[in-house]
Amino acid sequence: MSQPFRNREGGLIDRGRTIGFSFDGKHYEGHPGDTLASALLANGVRVVGRSYKYHRPRGVLTAGPEEPTALVRLGERGRAEPNTRATMVELHDGLAAESQNRWPSLAFDLGAVNGLLAPLLPAGFYYKTFMAPPGGWKLYEKIIRRAAGLGTAPREPDPDVYEKHHAHCDVLVVGGGPAGLAAALAAARAGARVILADETAALGGQLKRERMTIEGKPALDWVAGAVAELAGMAEARLLLRTTAFGYYDHNLVALCERVADHLAVPPPYTPRQRLWLVRAREVVLATGAIERPLVFAGNDRPGVMLANAARAYVNQFAVRPGLTAVVCTNNGDAYRSAADLADAGVRVAAVVDARPGAAGPLEARAREKGIEILAGHGVVAAHGRGQVRSVEAMALDAHGVPGGRSRTLACDLVAVSGGWSPSVHLHSQSGGRLDYDETLAAFVAGASKQRARSAGAARGQYTLRAALADGFESGAAAARAAGFGSSTVPPIPRVEKEAEVRLRPLWSAMPAAGRKGKRFVDIQDDVTAEDVALAAREGYVSVEHLKRYTTLGMGTDQGKTANLNGLTIMAQLRGLPIPSVGTTTFRPPYTPVSFGALAGREVGKAFQPIRRSAMHEWHEEQGAVFVEAGLWLRPRYYPRGREDMRAAAAREAKHVREAVGLVDVSTLGKIDISGRDAAEFLDRVYVNGWKTLAVGKSRYGLMLREDGIAFDDGTTSRVGESRYFMTTTTANAAKVLAHLEYYLQVAWPELKVQATSVTEEWAAMALAGPRSRAVLARLADIDVSDAALPFMGVRDCRIAGLPARVFRISFSGELAYEINVPADWGRSVWEAAMSAGRAEDIIAYGTEAMGTLRIEKGHVAGGELNGQTTPQDLGLGHLVSTKKDFIGKALLARPGLQDPERPRLVGLAPSDGKTRIRAGAHIVVEASGAGSAIGHVSSSAWSPTLGHPIALALVAGGLARKGETLYASFPLKGEVVAVGVSDSVFVDPEGKRLHG
Amino acid sequence: MLLIKCPWCGERDHTEFTYGGDASVSRVRPAAQAPPAAWHDYVYLRDNPLGRHLELWHHTASCRRWITVERDTLSHAITASVPAGDRSGSGER
Repeated sequence: MSQPFRNREGGLIDRGRTIGFSFDGKHYEGHPGDTLASALLANGVRVVGRSYKYHRPRGVLTAGPEEPTALVRLGERGRAEPNTRATMVELHDGLAAESQNRWPSLAFDLGAVNGLLAPLLPAGFYYKTFMAPPGGWKLYEKIIRRAAGLGTAPREPDPDVYEKHHAHCDVLVVGGGPAGLAAALAAARAGARVILADETAALGGQLKRERMTIEGKPALDWVAGAVAELAGMAEARLLLRTTAFGYYDHNLVALCERVADHLAVPPPYTPRQRLWLVRAREVVLATGAIERPLVFAGNDRPGVMLANAARAYVNQFAVRPGLTAVVCTNNGDAYRSAADLADAGVRVAAVVDARPGAAGPLEARAREKGIEILAGHGVVAAHGRGQVRSVEAMALDAHGVPGGRSRTLACDLVAVSGGWSPSVHLHSQSGGRLDYDETLAAFVAGASKQRARSAGAARGQYTLRAALADGFESGAAAARAAGFGSSTVPPIPRVEKEAEVRLRPLWSAMPAAGRKGKRFVDIQDDVTAEDVALAAREGYVSVEHLKRYTTLGMGTDQGKTANLNGLTIMAQLRGLPIPSVGTTTFRPPYTPVSFGALAGREVGKAFQPIRRSAMHEWHEEQGAVFVEAGLWLRPRYYPRGREDMRAAAAREAKHVREAVGLVDVSTLGKIDISGRDAAEFLDRVYVNGWKTLAVGKSRYGLMLREDGIAFDDGTTSRVGESRYFMTTTTANAAKVLAHLEYYLQVAWPELKVQATSVTEEWAAMALAGPRSRAVLARLADIDVSDAALPFMGVRDCRIAGLPARVFRISFSGELAYEINVPADWGRSVWEAAMSAGRAEDIIAYGTEAMGTLRIEKGHVAGGELNGQTTPQDLGLGHLVSTKKDFIGKALLARPGLQDPERPRLVGLAPSDGKTRIRAGAHIVVEASGAGSAIGHVSSSAWSPTLGHPIALALVAGGLARKGETLYASFPLKGEVVAVGVSDSVFVDPEGKRLHG
Repeated sequence: MLLIKCPWCGERDHTEFTYGGDASVSRVRPAAQAPPAAWHDYVYLRDNPLGRHLELWHHTASCRRWITVERDTLSHAITASVPAGDRSGSGER
């Protein structure tokens, strides 16, 4: 029979439609309204996974987000998702789930041998067992990683789309149970903009699981009325399937909406999930409470289930989670489960109640139904292979120690309740205090730190009447605090009187004499009461140490059902009250969040912006190979035929030395500096002087940080009486602008200077090589002779009829011009230059050749401006002015920075004239490559001009070592290269080519 | 995520800003002739106070103004924000 454990009537499922799904390849049926867990239970599937460490069979413990063990892998290939809680997965057609952590199959798992090895695998066994031999961990790790652990992540890309949404509201209500609905109603009626988020598919919270009435009608009628009222309000937004998982500073709450997780494939134009970042004026946390299990031998066997989950399965899903139940409790609430199970057709063999009295209306109702009550008793062990078959109960003395004759009760369902713990996760994340409530034996939300308040069960208000009252009051108070002063507390609807639910603070039955079996505290991480005791014996008594030593609460469920039991046992062992043991820190996320939701649309090409120059398409058409430089894509080289990068770069660089080339330098930072005090400002920013620079002239400038270390360099030109055009390196463009703004706004607000980024406004290209003047003469409408446009001169002109600015500056060491034109005309001018240059055999060259040319000339770049070098280290000490103050001057004078033994810039060439010197290699004195490094290689190239490899290096003592033979050691490749130390300028040290 | 009030733009997420360090130190640059110890303190020494802290933030993704913010390092409460070059008050506004 299909769904043998499904009742014919009742529940919130739609029996009119049948949904087919599979688990471990086997086909089953369920109904809309089911979760994967309820549908599996309806079909009698009790074992759904194997445990993390001992590979013990595990079943469904809960019916909600706290589920520790019913974790499955959903979907296939790129859509596969491991460690999904079956209790939160809505059933849909074609859903394919697989159990995890078993091999070869769930029923027969070879890893279960770990259970026999359990005495060898106590808490902290990693730290003890695998210490020897040294390095052995590398071998052990592979084996342990395979045997332990949960699901496996997919390797294929996720085909679905994820979105992000930023939102603002007056009142954010987290949780759509009675308290949350009441809070949302009160706030929305006051006129506040309300967002109500609930992690399930339907509002109502615990009311979906109970058989309660409001105003004499089923409680869900009241829920439907509240939902309809909220849905009709323009300023109220209901977010279903939406988990608030993180509470951050200044009332920012992160929510994950599972928009299409309940469908096999998201519909067109629909994201799978949406991340909401909600900045709320006020927050109401109506997050409910989580029931705690009890600790006894074999309490992990499939069939052991939280009492309220058993109640949820019969009431909400019309599923009998077993045929015969034993209810095991330390409080009165579980009697509701006993009654509901009995009414749904489950035989309730007994209620084993740790409290001696067991008197009260709920208890009386159970007795009326003929249910036996074993008051003052505890379950000491659950037995059965695969799933539970019986439990043993014994009488408990005043200290909770079991004794006397044990009684065995046959059952296939053990409904356990250790009382409830308010869900204080978000409250605690927000910085709120936790107070220990002795009556409830639980930590409840105390004073809030942010503009938030907890309501309902989250604050220990467990009865329906109290939850509604607290919700209405909190919603109204939140609205008032958000500026809706007229809000009033709505009247509380009439509900049944609920009995006070008393609790005996006893969770862990002492092991009865002669009984073996593991007593699990954290059943996801396989942490037992004995592990906690071991941690206590070995001194790991703080809760944070306990957690890390035993892994208690470190799983995907973060110990939602485990932590309080663990610290209760620790408190008992230490003889301390629970609050003085404390709790571990609650951190986001509350439940696991997919990477897809966190990444949103910022994946693939949209991961970060791509900056392209105005000439980008031309480079593409010419087959350029691009390189990422910051966010920019720059042409690296233009390969011809089957040329590789090194060959292309050598050819291009050689061509520039011999004829002429054009390179795109649009990516350089460009900053317009203007105002009355511009020259004074530049004098303070650069190490060298600027007051003598004439209009129409450029100058190289080096700027330092305040600590005396070189920061950036570039040429700056005086383009008007009080206007300068600064260039920076590509990498530092944004940093330099922020640096200038800092000094202008903070340090020297009295200077009348404006700094404006104009990087995007100008397309820039460098025309370099001995024939560059001939090309420029054909392009520009001005006299370009050496007399009219000398080295470091700047002229405005028209090129190809378009307004342009030409700078006679050179990075390559050749006669060269930098042409700037408004960006929109970049490509036109570039093409005009290429066609004007045809007669001179012009080529386009990329950044690789540009780098080769500058290394040949010993110009510094990123490798040398590395945040550790001074002007003297870079061979630029002659620039430093002694006549004026500048940024970094004071600390540059420190003796340590003036030490001649500091690593300073030198040139290197291989002694054999051919072996490449790797950038990053260490410079050592010994030929073996051993010994301390006295420097390192900062840039390296093959010089087409010299016909052999060259490098720039920072070496202690610098040019004092000129002529010495040192060794470039690169241990990663086992290379040691003998190198000779030379000047850093390899080509044209006199600079004749520049001035031609 | 902090919500920082820019005196020019209003309340904005702190992702729009870049942190610029302790404003009580870095707003006042020593004189060129100041002794090395003064420069050392200015560049390197920062307190790590519990509670009220004056700090610089640069509104990089918007108006590009440097501002001085008074923030409580424990509660993250932001109690004042003024233009960083503003020497008229001590940050209380």
